[in-house]
Amino acid sequence: MKARPLYLLISPFAMEATLFYILATMLVVFAILTVTAANPVRSAVYLISALLGMAGLFFLLQAEFVGAVQILVYVGGIMVLFLFVIMLVSVREVETQRRANRQWKTALVLGIVLSFELVYFVVQGADVFRIDTISQDLIIESQTLNTETVAGLLYSTYLLPFEIASVLLLVAMIAAVVLTQKQL
Amino acid sequence: MVDITHYLVLSTIVFSIGVVGVLTRRNVIIILMSIELMLNSVNLNLVAFSDQLQDPSGQVFAIFVITVAAAEAAVGLGIIIALFRNKETVNVDEIDLMRG
Repeated sequence: MKARPLYLLISPFAMEATLFYILATMLVVFAILTVTAANPVRSAVYLISALLGMAGLFFLLQAEFVGAVQILVYVGGIMVLFLFVIMLVSVREVETQRRANRQWKTALVLGIVLSFELVYFVVQGADVFRIDTISQDLIIESQTLNTETVAGLLYSTYLLPFEIASVLLLVAMIAAVVLTQKQL
Repeated sequence: MVDITHYLVLSTIVFSIGVVGVLTRRNVIIILMSIELMLNSVNLNLVAFSDQLQDPSGQVFAIFVITVAAAEAAVGLGIIIALFRNKETVNVDEIDLMRG
């Protein structure tokens, strides 16, 4: 009996589910490590891993463009900025101090309650989210490339928000320059 | 196709981890990173619904959220640097200038 290749034994659905669970576990574990790590540098590296897991989930959801933007902007831009500031600000006083504040027990209980509450409502209302009939023109549109579709939407329907976002980035840039000046 | 509820529950869990981080940590940089985590978990919701409804608008919104997160990180880190220059600390327990 000839052995079949391994990828034929796994159905596409099982493949997707397996990938989802691997990425989800990675995301949750690294998110917890981000919040609990004593050293801010480690925390930043764990957050980078969590964001990469999130990008993997975006790829799994067939949103290649958002996944790529996630890696470029978050991992390549924002997290490098964070690491820069950590190096500038707080290298010597880490790990010797308490990492949590006085209210951490209350906050933990609140967080767990919030989590259960939200999960409860999401699971209870799960039927509302399932939509069986999708209008036909949207399906035809989605058969073009993902990046093309998103770009088309950005430059047509969402042109004004897009321009406002560019103004927002300009304002943030000026604000960052002004805030970090010597004599504020 | 993985059921959308899975994505929603995952996003909820990550959001709650971010909330706990914001409420418990003393280092203001880690608090800012927890906020980034929360913003990102919302993106997962948007993209999951975009996939479910076969409507790419959700992905456009996710890109806007990423833009706002980038602006927020730039301004937040600028504030942290200005604060560190004046107070020599990044500990939120010691930052109480406005308490009066």
